[in-house]
Amino acid sequence: MSGVRLLVGTRKGAFVLTSDGTRDDWNVQGPLFAGWEIYHVNGSPADPDRLYASQSTGWHGQVVQRSDDGGDTWEPVGNEFAYDGVPGTHQWYDGTQHPWEFARVWHLEPSRTDPDTVFAGVEDAAIFRSVDAGRTWQELSGLRAHETGDQWQPGAGGLCLHTILIHPDDPQRMFVAISAAGAFRTDDGGETWRPINRGLRSGELPDEDREVGHCVHRIAMNPSRPDVLFMQKHWDVMRSDDGGESWHEVSGNLPSDFGFPIAVHAHEPDTVYVVPIKSDTEHVPPDGKLRVYRSRTGGNEWEPLTAGLPQSHCYVNILRDAMAVDGLDPGGVYFGTTGGQIYASPDGGDTWTAIVRDLPAVLSVEAQTLP
Amino acid sequence: MIRVVLPQHLRTLVGVDGPVSVDVGERPTQRTVLDALEASYPVLRGTIRDHGTAKRRDFIRFFACGRDLTLEPADAPLPDEVASGAEPFRVVGAMAGG
Repeated sequence: MSGVRLLVGTRKGAFVLTSDGTRDDWNVQGPLFAGWEIYHVNGSPADPDRLYASQSTGWHGQVVQRSDDGGDTWEPVGNEFAYDGVPGTHQWYDGTQHPWEFARVWHLEPSRTDPDTVFAGVEDAAIFRSVDAGRTWQELSGLRAHETGDQWQPGAGGLCLHTILIHPDDPQRMFVAISAAGAFRTDDGGETWRPINRGLRSGELPDEDREVGHCVHRIAMNPSRPDVLFMQKHWDVMRSDDGGESWHEVSGNLPSDFGFPIAVHAHEPDTVYVVPIKSDTEHVPPDGKLRVYRSRTGGNEWEPLTAGLPQSHCYVNILRDAMAVDGLDPGGVYFGTTGGQIYASPDGGDTWTAIVRDLPAVLSVEAQTLP
Repeated sequence: MIRVVLPQHLRTLVGVDGPVSVDVGERPTQRTVLDALEASYPVLRGTIRDHGTAKRRDFIRFFACGRDLTLEPADAPLPDEVASGAEPFRVVGAMAGG
């Protein structure tokens, strides 16, 4: 029987949650790497037993771990992320120029076809690639070398490259997102990149058509329709129908269009999930009610999903990498909170159950569909 | 042999429960001890000193013989008790954060 494996990164370690296809009962393994911040754990689509984890602390910096057996055993691999050439500078909070400094890996995205190839999105914003299963990392410096690079400015969470999407049919095409620079696309495997932010409106920016300076929180796609992208921006839920060439707002009737994660159903490319958050200053659900909102129309029309979710006195946040979908039928949806809950819905969001309630603050959730 | 006591996170990373030993010859210094440590346990590269610059990470301290040697020159000889193996060289995670 097929099953699901959730890869959960938290402030104090990683957890691996497994269930069979019913998704009724879950085995919780962990904490792995106890005490370390695990920003992200992700599996190879080409080999589900090949996992990569980003492990870090303020004391000891970055470690990358690899598992070849689905998370039973792990091996530290390469942790040297050296910017290509002279790093140069980007814009700092006070408007001055600031040297690019590596802080941590936010996101690991394995190749869709080669388990030994994996991309890393890092802070300060850059993308690295390993083609030897994480042993060594090389920067794809065409991104950071873009002519706007010295204008990129960190968001409150740092100048982080947090989203990497690989086109399912054309691996030369990838999308990345950086807070608070915006979204970028390559069509040549990462050699060159260009901003894809046309149509984004970031209220305080005096120049409405500014090419960069947009705080993109997350981008999601359904692989069956890879030119349609959905974006949760700092404010606004956006949609592109042309691979990011242009964006239009689909926030519609959401109670707030601020939020962090966004996900697309595995089988229904017009079914999209967001978790509205009250505001950029309060980072809590509106009215103390934890509600996932689902659109089945590709945006604009949203319905609250509340069954099984706390509807009073709930003030957790859901971070940008902490929502995922599985590929089973019916499709499952999962998210983790800063309060340590992992919620699962085996029916596309209609009903929710907390798999665990008291983990450390959840930074990331990935769902692997196992044969 | 120099005995090196690592903080818990690094002991876990290396896979040891107690001190580790490294051989650096006569007149060990911070630099030669850390070089030998990283050569013996490559997983420690980047976790005590930065890659490339070999600069000590901000929240790492070095203690030995009841003294804080963190700000001593990297090439200064370590105390004789450390060189003889009587006292360990301690890599310490500074108290910070939660």
